[in-house]
Amino acid sequence: MLTKRIIPCLDIKENRVVKGVKFLALRDAGDPVEVAKAYDVQQADELVFLDITASFEKRKTLIDLVEAIATNIYMPFTVGGGIRDIADIRDLLNAGADKVSINSTAVRCPELIKDASAKFGSQCIVVAIDAKKATDHWEVFINGGRTPVDLNAVDWAKQAADLGAGEILLTSMDYDGTKDGFDLALTKAVADAVNIPVIASGGAGKLEHFYDVFTKAGADAGLAASIFHYQEYSVRQVKEYLRDKGVAVRL
Amino acid sequence: MIGIIDYGMGNIHSVQKALENLGGKTFVTNKPQDIITCEKIVLPGVGAFSDAMQELEKSGMAAVIKQAIKEKKIFLGICLGMQLLFEASEEAGNTPGLGILKGRVKKFVAKKGLKVPQMGWNQLKIKDECLLLKGLSGNPYVYFCHSYYPDPADKRVIAASCDYGNNFAAVVCKDNLYAVQFHPEKSQAVGLKILKNFVNLC
Repeated sequence: MLTKRIIPCLDIKENRVVKGVKFLALRDAGDPVEVAKAYDVQQADELVFLDITASFEKRKTLIDLVEAIATNIYMPFTVGGGIRDIADIRDLLNAGADKVSINSTAVRCPELIKDASAKFGSQCIVVAIDAKKATDHWEVFINGGRTPVDLNAVDWAKQAADLGAGEILLTSMDYDGTKDGFDLALTKAVADAVNIPVIASGGAGKLEHFYDVFTKAGADAGLAASIFHYQEYSVRQVKEYLRDKGVAVRL
Repeated sequence: MIGIIDYGMGNIHSVQKALENLGGKTFVTNKPQDIITCEKIVLPGVGAFSDAMQELEKSGMAAVIKQAIKEKKIFLGICLGMQLLFEASEEAGNTPGLGILKGRVKKFVAKKGLKVPQMGWNQLKIKDECLLLKGLSGNPYVYFCHSYYPDPADKRVIAASCDYGNNFAAVVCKDNLYAVQFHPEKSQAVGLKILKNFVNLC
């Protein structure tokens, strides 16, 4: 049976893993290659690597760092941050990424989703959505959470899936870094709306948060950073907890 | 020497790095004449079936692959590299494949509880003694990432299946021809065991 995935996320800034709260107040969390290797040993199901400054500073994701990480691990690996076109995607895949995560450019130019999935296959095109609660819906933000766009997150997820996205990486800006749990309502709204896998992100702080997002919100994967980087829980601890509660995980 | 076919379809470094770390001597090439001289051949790949076939035909690699398999060279197809071995794929119409194995590549039909692509770790149901799977027991987890799956006409070639909507062929073994739908190079210890078996085949 296909298992629920536990995915540590490495937010990268200037070649270091960092972690913030609600997209701000960044703290250092280690060397990316060493952190990636540690997660491989812990049997994480995947890694996500986001160059969080790339989009803002309009520079390309650090290809060398992607190569260094990919050389050291034997698990699937998604890279995002600053992707602008087909050439950027090809460079990242050639550097060792298995999937790419596209955020701002997908919003500005949805055709890229279509072109990229036709070229490289849907399975390696992840559309990342940063969403924040508005009065009666969730609003999409781009440029690392700095710029609101007039787009309903659930509608956008549906459109991205129709254009050929293979997966949605859904981050709640309201819950990110708070450790108060995933945004179950947002995750459920998106997971119910699309027929591609949804990775829930933002807010994981306790073991039961993963259980809730899988069983109550229909997420396919749970992504977290702080609780893993600062060794509050290991990936294995999360999985053992889930297994004991009857959730299918790989152990 | 293990020749890894580079035809512009995705990242081949992961496969190469894994085989090298397991003691395999490898080289990457896009030249058919280099592949003819190898004892073992790996056809990796992700992406679009029709683009891949075009590349293989254009470079003359398609003919060399057919010849090598006919000569019973040890061959491993991975993911798209497995699908290309079949007669045709539902992807992009009904694109013809290499036709080395009888059968077609089909698309998963998305429905409630069955998302497409299949993305993540699923279990192998090992059916058959296949040297590629030697030493694996139980129902080991491997990493899948695909929207299409092969449906061999001759079910006897299926060495392991996987359950996703239906029981599809996850591993095929026929003489010296081996093919896997999942990514062994991304499947941690289980995947490395499979690649080690491939390195040790002779």
